[in-house]
Amino acid sequence: MVTDIKPHPQSNVLGEINKYDFRNEEHFVFKARKGLDRQIVEEISEMKREPQWMREFRLKSLDIFNSKPMPKWGGAINIDFQNVYYYLKPTEGQSKSWDDVPADIKNTFDRLGIPEAEKKFLSGVKAQYESEVIYGSLREDLAKQGVIFTDTDAAVQEHPDLLREYFSTIIPPTDNKFAALNSAVWSGGSFVYVPKGVKIDFPLQAYFRINAANMGQFERTLIIVDEGAEVHYVEGCTAPMYSTESLHSAVVEVIAKRGSRVRYTTIQNWANNIYNLVTKRAVAYGDSLVEWVDGNLGSRLTMKYPAIYMMEPGARGEVLSVAFASNGQHQDAGAKVVHCAPHTSSRIVSKSISKNGGRASYRGLCKVMPGAKKSKSNVVCDALILDPQSRSDTYPYLEIEEQDVSIGHEASVSRIGEEQLFYLASRGLSETEASTMIVSGFIEPLVKELPMEYAVEMNRLIELQMEGTVG
Amino acid sequence: MSDVLAINDLHVEVAGKPILKGVSLSIQRGEIHALMGPNGSGKSTLGFAIMGHPGYEVTGGQIELNGQDLLAMEPHERSRAGLFLAFQRPVAIPGVKMADFLRHAVTNVRRPERKEGEELIPMREFRKELREKMENLRVDQEFARRYVNDGFSGGESKRAEILQMAMLRPKFAILDETDSGLDVDAVRLASQSIAQIGGHEMGILIITHHEQLLEYNHPNFTHVMLGGRVVETGGPELAMELHKQGYDRIRAAYPEAHADEANMALSANAGWGS
Ligand SMILES: Nc1ncnc2c1ncn2[C@@H]1O[C@H](COP(=O)(O)OP(=O)(O)OP(=O)(O)O)[C@@H](O)[C@H]1O
Ligand SMILES: [Mg+2]
Repeated sequence: MVTDIKPHPQSNVLGEINKYDFRNEEHFVFKARKGLDRQIVEEISEMKREPQWMREFRLKSLDIFNSKPMPKWGGAINIDFQNVYYYLKPTEGQSKSWDDVPADIKNTFDRLGIPEAEKKFLSGVKAQYESEVIYGSLREDLAKQGVIFTDTDAAVQEHPDLLREYFSTIIPPTDNKFAALNSAVWSGGSFVYVPKGVKIDFPLQAYFRINAANMGQFERTLIIVDEGAEVHYVEGCTAPMYSTESLHSAVVEVIAKRGSRVRYTTIQNWANNIYNLVTKRAVAYGDSLVEWVDGNLGSRLTMKYPAIYMMEPGARGEVLSVAFASNGQHQDAGAKVVHCAPHTSSRIVSKSISKNGGRASYRGLCKVMPGAKKSKSNVVCDALILDPQSRSDTYPYLEIEEQDVSIGHEASVSRIGEEQLFYLASRGLSETEASTMIVSGFIEPLVKELPMEYAVEMNRLIELQMEGTVG
Repeated sequence: MSDVLAINDLHVEVAGKPILKGVSLSIQRGEIHALMGPNGSGKSTLGFAIMGHPGYEVTGGQIELNGQDLLAMEPHERSRAGLFLAFQRPVAIPGVKMADFLRHAVTNVRRPERKEGEELIPMREFRKELREKMENLRVDQEFARRYVNDGFSGGESKRAEILQMAMLRPKFAILDETDSGLDVDAVRLASQSIAQIGGHEMGILIITHHEQLLEYNHPNFTHVMLGGRVVETGGPELAMELHKQGYDRIRAAYPEAHADEANMALSANAGWGS
């Protein structure tokens, strides 16, 4: 057990009333000291008994991290990188069955409804508790079809060649400071491989969770979908609230080969003090379809711009995102679509809601490379501002280097209309109920894309945000 | 004891501009009142003021439901107390399904003490009732899944208003030109349905420029509004007369209200121009 954990100040918990604001006693087998240097990185690699190449990759990434400046756009980042825990390992190895999972961790999962989700879908549920995947199961017939759904650490050991072929090819550590940080200290995350022609007709799910003060979570997800294969990967994140800053910086790489379909759905509900700085990128080959469905609630600052590079003709990309910014929160979210080949198409639908002084920004890039003729891109971003203290901005960037293209961009900013509120009130709805309903309607285009239980969860989270009186 | 909605000497301003200048009306439950009057005379304003629209400021007079002061109540409380307004122009709520919206509305109106987040009426019970009501009104079942008034044709949104009234079963309903935008058959059906839903259960104020809606809903009283005042009240024959002859006699008989009408139109136009 570790001794350097200070008791968390229980008082002075600010922010929205949140059903996920609960904490469990910390229960670690190993916890690295705070801070970031070569020794820590080597220790992490040592603990995981990693091959030489991965250790070198981490160390090289650390150098890159140290040499890179902070991003100049987005929000204000105020993190002391030496005051963060970069690695925690809560239990010995990965539990095989629910019974083996320690009681306090189970308790957390129970409150998140993981077993229900599993029962419902009888599919692969991977839950990340702090840095390591501790509970996972995968339907047998999937394994028989050659589908791999495991945590990335296990993949380093069990599928070294496959992993190494793709790992960090989409997002190299040189991409940005936080990708470099993740590359140096990453832990956990999902590794998915779907072989040629295999179509998985239920969502693969993972539930991530941060539960230690000052703990960074740096999961690393790699999804490879082979030719003609299909998968829907779903990930939810909720974090309990802490009085010190926590950092979440993930890297997600997706490879969609010819004729494949990949949908990646995330709903994230972070505590108000979390920096959520995520790099997500997909490459889409001929006639494939990549969809990012992204819901962002909570956090102090989220910077997240899921990207799709359309590499060959017929590739399509879609990004649907919703951000909800409340008191003390800045959601800087958007999308990047890059058309590298002719006859590629993309669509971005972004919705943001700001309330109680929250700030939501849309930051999007549409790039068309020379020669990517007949490419189509359509961007729609709508902002709903609930009160005069709140703010919304749009930063659309267009880099079009080809004439023969069709590009559309629409943006709207609205406030909840008095006429809508009155209409609903005249049917017996209170003001809070009416505005919650209007907000739910506003994000309905995204919610209807979610699996049933996530749609319910999303609506519930919105209700909680709308009811939240403290903020 | 029969319920009564009593409006006494009501004065209403919109954006500081006087619109209603002393309107009095008393409706018993079970009665049908027709409210007629030229465009811009203040009929919709009366409906909004009764329902409590925040943009319509009551500067004098009273509105009471069985002696209870409605003016002290929020619009959602008035709805829960048994008031209903079918809008002349129903408002679109994109992304909100009719069924979800109606389930909230029905729950609140039937359980006036309900707080946000508390249980809704059971889904099966609600669905069954909604399905029946939709069949009666010959509304396509698909309606329940559409977004509230979003992209509805004029006629569809009026039918949706009647459907809502049927589900909410108010004590008093104000129907603001619910017949406009409906085709000939739909008006007849609407007229029949209102009679069916209303029967002797409701007190209804029908605002209309046409006579079809009154075919199955014979008004006990007809009121004529001009320049923000109710200038004349009569029986069903008054409605007939106005339909046939128009408002010339009324304007001639009430020159003061006629002058107010001209002023209101002027200032409304000034507003447009500036
Ligand atoms: N929200 C508003 N803002 C500005 N002026 C208004 C508003 N509502 C009503 N008015 C003005 O008040 C007057 C009465 O309008 P009202 O809508 O009550 O008329 P009406 O009798 O219902 O007419 P119609 O038969 O055309 O529906 C008009 O001059 C109108 O321009
Ligand atoms: Mg009107």
